[in-house]
Amino acid sequence: MVEQVFYWIAFIMTSMTALFAAVMVITRSNPISAAMFLVLNFVSVAILYLLLRFPFIAVIQVMIYAGAIMMLVVFVIMLLNVEEEERRKKIAVSLAQVISVVLVLMLCAQLVVGVGIQKIPGKHGAFTAEQLAEVGDVKAVAQMLFTTYLFPFEIASIILLVGIIGAVILSKKER
Amino acid sequence: MPADIPSLYFLIVSALVFAIGAIGVLVRRNAIIIFMCIEMMLSAVNLTLITAAHYLNSLDGVLMVFFVMTVAAAEAAVGLAIFVLLFRNRKTIKADEINLLKG
Repeated sequence: MVEQVFYWIAFIMTSMTALFAAVMVITRSNPISAAMFLVLNFVSVAILYLLLRFPFIAVIQVMIYAGAIMMLVVFVIMLLNVEEEERRKKIAVSLAQVISVVLVLMLCAQLVVGVGIQKIPGKHGAFTAEQLAEVGDVKAVAQMLFTTYLFPFEIASIILLVGIIGAVILSKKER
Repeated sequence: MPADIPSLYFLIVSALVFAIGAIGVLVRRNAIIIFMCIEMMLSAVNLTLITAAHYLNSLDGVLMVFFVMTVAAAEAAVGLAIFVLLFRNRKTIKADEINLLKG
């Protein structure tokens, strides 16, 4: 019972933090503060993964998103040294922006209604939470990664190789 | 056990974060912030996949998240290299001042 209450409290606090950080990302004018709030968002999503009992994915989320990708973003922001968007006297909101926000809110309402009216469809698998806790989710994920998903795994390595080569070629100074 | 929070709540959080990210992509003009909002939307979709994996007792969603993260990492490397190149040539990364393809 006590465990349940703490679980609910953790869920509510974490999701509120995630939403707050997401709103802050799109409202800050300074890109560095937006990046820091994005790190907060990624960390709270990682805690939600922990609440769903997938610690491996939570660790990967912190390492890749909050660590590697955000490090790259912050590095590029500092490299470009972009001046802050000057605060405009009147907030110029174009008609296109208003229309796009309305459309996105409609999309969001559709998503919420869509997930609300039915349970998650799909095939049930064999990995219950107890079994995962017994085997360890790293071992279970690795076993699937190197058997069922072996071909996508190899393709992912090619994608990473292409990404590395592309980044090097793009940022090279031509002489 | 955690299973008594309905999956609906996790999915709603994911949908809201996705919508906020989409608003950011459409409204903001700084290309780096647009890029960060896209990363946020990817992470919201990952939350949906993990929720489905948890409530369906399946690991397929986890593997999908694994591949989405791989693609996001590659995308970050190439995208940020493009921003650096763009800034070197045009001295700006405002999305509405970049009109190289306008002819």
